[in-house]
Amino acid sequence: MNEKKSCPVISKHIKVALVGQPNVGKSMLINSVSNAHLQVGNFSGVTVDKTEVLFDYENHKFTVVDLPGTYAFTDYTIEERVTRDYLCAENYDIIINVVDSTNLAKNLQLTAELLTMSKRVVIALNMSDEAKKEGLEIDAKYMSELLGVSCVKVSAVTKEGIVELITTVIADFESSTYEVKLIFSEAVEEEIAKIVAYLQGHKYEAINSYRNIAINLLKNNKKTYEKLHDDPIWIELQPILIEASKHIELHHDSDDIKESFAEEYASFNRGIVAEVVKQSVQVEQKTLTEKIDNVLIHPIYGIPIFLFFMWTLFQLTFEIGAIPMDYIDAFFGWFGDAIGGTIPNDDVRSLIVDGIIAGVGAVVLFVPNIIILFIGIALLESTGYMSRVAFLLDGFFHKFGLHGQSFIPLVTGFGCSIPAYMSARILKNDRDRLLTLFIIGFMSCGARLPVYVLFAGAFFGPEMAGNILFMIYISGALLGIMAAKILKMTAFKGVDEPFVMEMPKYRLPSAKLIWHTVLTKTMMYLKKAGTFIAGASMLIWFLSNYPHNLVLQEEYAKKIESSTSETQKITLGNKLAESLLEQSYLGVIGKFSEPIFAPLGFDWKMSVALQTGLAAKEVVVSTLGVLYALGSDVDAENNSLVNAISKNIPFPSAVAFIVVIMIYLPCLAASVVFTREAGGVKYFFYLLAFTSLTAYGLAFVAYNVTKMIV
Amino acid sequence: MKQLLDCQKGDKVKITKLNATNELKERLISFGLMKGVEVEVLEQAPRKKTIEIKIGKMRIALRAEEAKLIEVQEI
Repeated sequence: MNEKKSCPVISKHIKVALVGQPNVGKSMLINSVSNAHLQVGNFSGVTVDKTEVLFDYENHKFTVVDLPGTYAFTDYTIEERVTRDYLCAENYDIIINVVDSTNLAKNLQLTAELLTMSKRVVIALNMSDEAKKEGLEIDAKYMSELLGVSCVKVSAVTKEGIVELITTVIADFESSTYEVKLIFSEAVEEEIAKIVAYLQGHKYEAINSYRNIAINLLKNNKKTYEKLHDDPIWIELQPILIEASKHIELHHDSDDIKESFAEEYASFNRGIVAEVVKQSVQVEQKTLTEKIDNVLIHPIYGIPIFLFFMWTLFQLTFEIGAIPMDYIDAFFGWFGDAIGGTIPNDDVRSLIVDGIIAGVGAVVLFVPNIIILFIGIALLESTGYMSRVAFLLDGFFHKFGLHGQSFIPLVTGFGCSIPAYMSARILKNDRDRLLTLFIIGFMSCGARLPVYVLFAGAFFGPEMAGNILFMIYISGALLGIMAAKILKMTAFKGVDEPFVMEMPKYRLPSAKLIWHTVLTKTMMYLKKAGTFIAGASMLIWFLSNYPHNLVLQEEYAKKIESSTSETQKITLGNKLAESLLEQSYLGVIGKFSEPIFAPLGFDWKMSVALQTGLAAKEVVVSTLGVLYALGSDVDAENNSLVNAISKNIPFPSAVAFIVVIMIYLPCLAASVVFTREAGGVKYFFYLLAFTSLTAYGLAFVAYNVTKMIV
Repeated sequence: MKQLLDCQKGDKVKITKLNATNELKERLISFGLMKGVEVEVLEQAPRKKTIEIKIGKMRIALRAEEAKLIEVQEI
């Protein structure tokens, strides 16, 4: 003890798990509690992130783990699984249960389940400011007495009660007495008492209280069962449990014990709400949310309004996003030159400038688009409008085996597949999400545009090219929807997943929260560009530059030296590049794979372009440029490449090529994100097989049909 | 037996039974949709593919398939 006194600053560590139903303002609260996001780290689990925030308060170090919103302790959605697994298996000290003060009865349903766990709970009655506005008065002190659990009124928006919440957590963490008063109906209490008496009689050792163990046993909690099942007392306990369950089910006139318990909780919660909540002002007949909903989810106007919002978002994404693009491009060009000037070794310079900087630059180029798109999506989500979209579109999408909420990732896919895969997280159900992930690639992303522009320009006049582009995009989307239907009938066969979804109250979005979300997502994207894309760029660079052929280089060097005209020199330079590429590893791969692509009418150059395109679609154009001996400085508007293509590639082959570009894997980076979001490498191989076979088959058909027509 | 799907916009009814499978039933219950609870039909999507209901202060969207599984009676 004396030791402690001699050291005045004793920092104790408290690990808090933040739990609540969706839409109760948990993330807002965590921001207010930690005052700023001091250290926000993203712990990307398999699919859903839990966020950890660290901060100090007086002599205590806090770690707050923000768990995904969950309605109940089931494993229906990934969020629920993440939260339940964390609460049951991880190490933490105390739970803060965030509840929406304006909707207490519903929120207490989860609270009741939390109270049967061995950890202490502190209830944060959030949105107390909103409750006040609605004329609701909650007696937090009385509620604490009734439940035996500390209840604190807080508002994440006005920051009211935040300090009180922290001090309550500290006080509760340090106090040793804790007795939850969760009272059931007489029939259930009777059975609980019997089981508790039995456990006491046999001095069963456990961390949780006997009462909670009894409740969990009666609720058919798997984990509790597993624990007791291996204990000798199980033989005697089992008949008692069976008897108890029968009694409770009889009492509730139901054959489902979980349903019976839900009803028990609901009636207990109704009792609590009736005691502690006073409604002083009569609420107006129609809330604001209902008024807005009358317009936004109107059976006739709802969908046009939504389409208008989406159109605006995409206009903004591509119009405003295009402005900084030139600057970014120029910056990377300058940066590459500047760095390149300092490196004497040719190979190293080429690796860094042409490989890494160019590759990473191509990805960073899309950051402005991605920021705008993310802001738009964050706005749609945080205002509560996203749920309305799902409501409006579910009827149409369901026909194709998709979910109403699939719409957002699919539309995002027209921009870039990476954020699209990430936004598929809004789909709560695994099967719906997987199906959506599988068809996102059908929505042609921005990176494929240059290829389309190139080919449309090569085979059609400028007045037709626009229409051709539009046709390519539309047919991609239609193919995607059809693919969804086919996948639903084959690979994802089974009962339709139910659609039960909360329509949250409309809320004004918090700028801070949106900024935070967008920032984290953008940083994640940039991190990928810095690590993964840099690696992939290096690999492609290596494959297309090695092995070196000095004989060939010297031979051409002589020829170039002896040539007189500038144009001849350039032609020879390009010839050299072509020959070098032909004998590089990439060229060897192209030659090797040529027979595979022969039925589609592709030569080895096209085959190589497709394979480098696996890294990123932007690479297809530059590869074609190099291969058709024009030097690597080729873009979609370059007329000589357009001419070379229209001269060298037969029209049917070009059609087949476009079909493959439309359907096969978007890019390596997207594939990595896909694998992470889908939750396993095996899904990547499924996607690879599915897209490759579809692309090959449809390209084969397209090639032969076009050949017959032309 | 009257189903929730049969109700019209503005109807207020009481749930008498959930005919869903265990998994869906748990889901419905976690949203507060259980025996004895009163609900109001707020909105219907075109061709009644999806409906929006209100229980207490919470609004929930349900697909027609799910609404069929909920038996209700008029209050």
